[in-house]
This record gives sequence, C-alpha cells and structure tokens, in this order.
Amino acid sequence: MTNLLEIRDLHKRYGTVEVLKGVDCAMRQGEVISIIGSSGSGKTTMLRCINMLEEFQGGTIAIDGQEIGYETAGGVRRRKPEREIARQRAMTGMAFQQFNLFPHMTAAANVMLGLVKVKKMGRDEARTLAEKWLDRVGLLSRKDHYPGQLSGGQQQRVAIARAIAMNPKLMLFDEVTSALDPELVNEVLQVIKALAEDGMSMLIVTHEMRFAYEVSSRVIFMNQGRIGEEGNPREMFLKPQTERLAEFLKTSTFN
Amino acid sequence: MTYTLNFAAVWRSFDLLLQGLALSLGLALVAILAGCVIGLITAFGLVSKSVLLRKAAGLYVTIIRNTPILVLVLFSYFALPELGVRLGKIESFVLTLAIYSGAYLAEVFRGGLIAVPPGQREAGLAIGLTEMQIRTSIIIPLMLRNVLPSLGSTMISLFKDTSLAAAIAVPELTFEARKINVETFRVIETWIVASCLYVATCSLLAALMRAVERRLAVPR
Repeated sequence: MTNLLEIRDLHKRYGTVEVLKGVDCAMRQGEVISIIGSSGSGKTTMLRCINMLEEFQGGTIAIDGQEIGYETAGGVRRRKPEREIARQRAMTGMAFQQFNLFPHMTAAANVMLGLVKVKKMGRDEARTLAEKWLDRVGLLSRKDHYPGQLSGGQQQRVAIARAIAMNPKLMLFDEVTSALDPELVNEVLQVIKALAEDGMSMLIVTHEMRFAYEVSSRVIFMNQGRIGEEGNPREMFLKPQTERLAEFLKTSTFN
Repeated sequence: MTYTLNFAAVWRSFDLLLQGLALSLGLALVAILAGCVIGLITAFGLVSKSVLLRKAAGLYVTIIRNTPILVLVLFSYFALPELGVRLGKIESFVLTLAIYSGAYLAEVFRGGLIAVPPGQREAGLAIGLTEMQIRTSIIIPLMLRNVLPSLGSTMISLFKDTSLAAAIAVPELTFEARKINVETFRVIETWIVASCLYVATCSLLAALMRAVERRLAVPR
C-alpha cells in the first residue's frame, strides 16, 4: 500500500539560506502527526511545501503516489502547470495561524467558495454541505455572520470547516491556536480532536505540547531544517533521545 | 458697480446647458468605465512579479500622469491625425480621457491591492482556486472596498475634466456655456449657472459613491 504522504530529501532555500536540509517523512492514511520544534526550525516551511505555498528546490513530495508541484522529464525538473498545481492543492486542506477567512463573505459563503469554484458544485448542494460542516464545528447559528463579527476561535473553526468541506485527503494545521487568546484555544483544539477521532489524516504544526501529546499518533521534532527526532508521543515527551529535544521540551510549557 | 443680475437669457438657453451636461456625463461615463478596465489591468501590472510588466505599467503611468490632460487632448485631436490616426472630436476626447483615467485609477487600485493581506491569496490557493479565481472572487472585491473613498474623488475629478473637451469644440457643458456667454453677453449669469450644474452633478456623484460604500461595507 502506498503511503498517503511521502516526503523524500526535501530541500528548501530562501536565497542562500537553507531552511530545509533534507527532510524525509512517510505518513499513512489516518495518522495524526504533530510537528514541534523551536521557531525557525523549518516546521511551518515544511508544511507549506506540501501544498506548494512554498517552492522547494530539491527532493520530492508525493500524496497518494502523485508527485506534487514538480515533474522531472529527461533529467530536467520543472514546475507543473498552475492548473495542475491548483488541482493538487485541493487534495490537502490548510488552516492558518491568522485564520485568513475572506472578510467580505459570510461564514457560509467562505465554506461554499471552494465547493462552487473548485468542485463545481451547485449552490444549493454547496450550501447544504457548508451548513453541515459549520454545524460540525458548532457554528451553524453563525452561518450568516461575517468574519469580523466572530471571535478568533469562531473564525478559526469556520476556517477549519472551509478546509474540511473540500474533502481533503490530508489536513495541514499551521499553528492554528498561536494567534488566539488563551481562553479560545480549547474550542479549536476540541474541533481538531474530533476530526482525529473521525480518522482524518492530519499534520499539525503546534506549540501546544499537551495537545500534541494527547492527539498525535506520532510526533516529529524539527531541528535546524532537519528531523531531529521522531516517535510516539509518550516516548518522545517522557524519554527524549537527543539533547536538543530534551532542551526544547524543558523550555516548552505543558498546559 | 450697479450690475443687476438677469438670468432670463440664460434660462432661455437652459436646455442647451442641460444637453451639454448630458454629453459631459456620457463622455465621463464611457471614459471612466474604460479607464477602470485599463486601470485594473495596469494595477496588476504594477504589482506583478514580472519585471517587464512592472516596467511597462510604470512607464504608462509615469508618462500619462505627468502630462497635463489639456496637452493630451490637443495631442490626440491635432497630432494623431498627422500620424494617420483620424478620430472624431468625441471619440478622440473619450479615448484620451480613458487613457488618462486609466493611469490615475491604476495608482488608486494599486494602493488597494497592496493593502489586501497576502494570507487572503494563500487561503484561496489552499482550497485549490486558480490565481484568476482568487483575483475575481477575493482580491478585486477586497481591493474595491479599500479604494472606494479615493475612487469617488478620482471619479469626480475625472468628470470635471470633461470640461477640457471644450478646447476641441465638443459640445459639452462648458462649451455650451461659452456659446451662451458669447451670444447673450450675460457673462456672470452664464458661468454661475454652469458652475451650479457642475456642483450639483458632482454632489450627486459623491452621494452615490457614499451609498455604494455603505452598501459594500463589510459588517463587523
């Protein structure tokens, strides 16, 4: 069986600064992997390469055996056509630190946009599906509210509904609670937990160690552009093998 | 000074002024609509990743914005025919005002475009939208909301610029007023009435833009 996600020798540079120095990672269907590490370790960049929000200069990323973003023909590596990349991006869903809801659209319209424009769904069908997912994140009653009328936690839940409604094979969470007031963090984590229980495959970049510990089937510790250590959360958090990870965990808070 | 105002002669020709005003509005409408299209395309050029597009758009804006519009009007009506481009008075003026509007609106739109947070585009990309879909569904609607206040005043400016068509004898409001002035010798009255018509029209335009602004405001 092919892996859901397969990253091989991923290299990424910004100009002359190498931020990913050869990352390898394989992920099976239904896995929930948390990526932890200090800022600048490359965890967000790695996530953004998977849906081509960042270009990468070396290595391959494949989802369901399909190579993402680039193709190599006759030894020449080329970026795939934009239309193809857009289609590949729809295989993943992403939730952002800053929510990035479309401020001129209601919660329902935010969820519907991709369904109508990308999935070519009829408006009625899209609305029904949008309402179903808004209900799942507990915000059906807010469907006609605009992002500016919602709290941060509510906005993030709408953003997650917008991504999930597209029926992605893999969800990418990029520090989704970092911009939230502490009292709003939990409602968002609960939504992600529920998705995990439903068997959604997820890659979660997070600073919430307690959450990573509880929800993940595997944890990856990124360190200076490489995977520093990985394993099941219990072993990682209780018996870190590397000094780096031990040090990182010491400076992190568990709450 | 014992000048007594007498508007009778001006009122007799009032429908001429109104016809002139109608033409002014028509010129402005067509030119500004075309200018919006030119301006939008140019604005995307100005913020493009491609150096060539940025330079080309920048050159257009620089040349047009730094030439007085009267010079552009005279150039396209008197000089273009020498170069083999023969246009009627009205066509020539509308074309000029459209190109002129395009340069000003490009700068207005550019300001609105760079105020749209990059996360909006990324969110669009992440759900699989193409760049063009992101532009039409997200970037342009948000940009328009950003620029509405300055768009209104730019449009009023451009409407008033239609008075320069009088220089090439397009029978718009200013041209008709000058004709009435010459025929009736009622200098003060004629120009007072003409000015009032401009003020009234511009005020209406401003009110209209404010209504659009309120209508499109994002609830919060």
